[in-house]
Amino acid sequence: MKKSGFEPKILAFCCNWCSYAGADLAGTSRIQYAPNVRVIRVMCSGRIDPTFILRAFQVGVDGVLILGCHPGDCHYIDGNYKTARRIHMLKKMLSQLGIEDDRLRLDWVSAAEGKRFASIINDMTERIRALGPFVR
Amino acid sequence: MAKLKLACYWAASCGGCDVAILDLNERILQVADLADIVFWPIAVDFKHHDVEAMPDKSIDFCLFNGAVRNSEQEEIARLLRDKSKIMVAFGSCAHLGGIPGLANFGNRTQIFERLYLEAQSNDNLDKTIPQTSSKVSEGELELPEFYDTVKALNQVVEVDYYVPGCPPPVPIISKVIDAIASQKLPPKGSVFASDKSLCDECPRTKGEKRIKKLYRPHEIIPNPEQCLLEQGILCMGPATRGGCGALCIKANMPCRGCFGPLPSVSDQGAKMLSALASIYDIDIKDEVAMAQMVEEVVDIAGSFYRFCLPTALINRRRM
Repeated sequence: MKKSGFEPKILAFCCNWCSYAGADLAGTSRIQYAPNVRVIRVMCSGRIDPTFILRAFQVGVDGVLILGCHPGDCHYIDGNYKTARRIHMLKKMLSQLGIEDDRLRLDWVSAAEGKRFASIINDMTERIRALGPFVR
Repeated sequence: MAKLKLACYWAASCGGCDVAILDLNERILQVADLADIVFWPIAVDFKHHDVEAMPDKSIDFCLFNGAVRNSEQEEIARLLRDKSKIMVAFGSCAHLGGIPGLANFGNRTQIFERLYLEAQSNDNLDKTIPQTSSKVSEGELELPEFYDTVKALNQVVEVDYYVPGCPPPVPIISKVIDAIASQKLPPKGSVFASDKSLCDECPRTKGEKRIKKLYRPHEIIPNPEQCLLEQGILCMGPATRGGCGALCIKANMPCRGCFGPLPSVSDQGAKMLSALASIYDIDIKDEVAMAQMVEEVVDIAGSFYRFCLPTALINRRRM
């Protein structure tokens, strides 16, 4: 595939209480952002098992984005703290498996941050575009 | 009843699984009463061509240990599959890829360079590395092709049953022999072990798990009564299938995960990572502590996938 013709496929897990509402706000505010993202809503970013992320890469996703509530804002008190530690550890493991750091990203988006949601999607899309497709 | 025909083979393995069968001690005599050994390179003198001469499905059961990492092992796996009614992946290597599966962090070129060129104990001035064929004055010599990627047995041939463990403990081997002798076999694809995690059968007392720091086994003398994870020792128990009788735990050593993932789990390493990261009691804004956490688990992927890399979701390093 020519790199210029490559459209990254990004899977975003958004938590129900903050990030998904943030994505919703981006939509209702008519903010334009890259169409490369597929969103899966989960109740909490703490629900995201590292298995989901590995499975996503295995089935051919080019990048995985995890979006949760800002630290301190978790609806379930500490779900996003656990996620932060998991993703931090998982990134090290992925590097040992030869998967580039930019392919997995954890960030925080509140329900009021539609603009931030859009800019994270755009930024992630460009980073993955630069990396090229994920080839197993 | 006519005597059963038994074959055993070792592919990429250390030989420990064969010794585990002999560890049956006096029960090995029952095995000898029950079955004729028609092929077992470590114990009896039948050759490859003897197996080739047998009719298809004439071996009643084959205990195949070791992973598959070269063309000879693959060829014999296929041959024994054709000749055997029941194919048993015996031990962690055949079941999950095992310790040889860690070679999937590299490839053939890297492994050969390390083994034949860099290793300090080598005396290889000609820089010879194995070739599939080489010409010598007597003619052409052939060696099996060494693969880049190590595979578990079920990635090469169809497998009927799995016997986990590195090596499989004697009570489990006895159970397999009994099941075959009595013709009371579980459903195809069964793993001869528990369907619950090791923690379920672990005798230690367990409380709330919160750790600040991880210790390697040699850095601490663990309390033999308390959960090892709570004491900050990386124990794979929560992510590992039970059924071994908690042998390592009883010797005050942490579980290394040789029984592989639980029945509904596709990736043992991811589950262990998830469990361990959850109980770390550190502030995520403390960058130093976060960096330290990652360093404390020395070789994260190697520890979490110690026995199962070839069967993990991402089953090798992308080169």
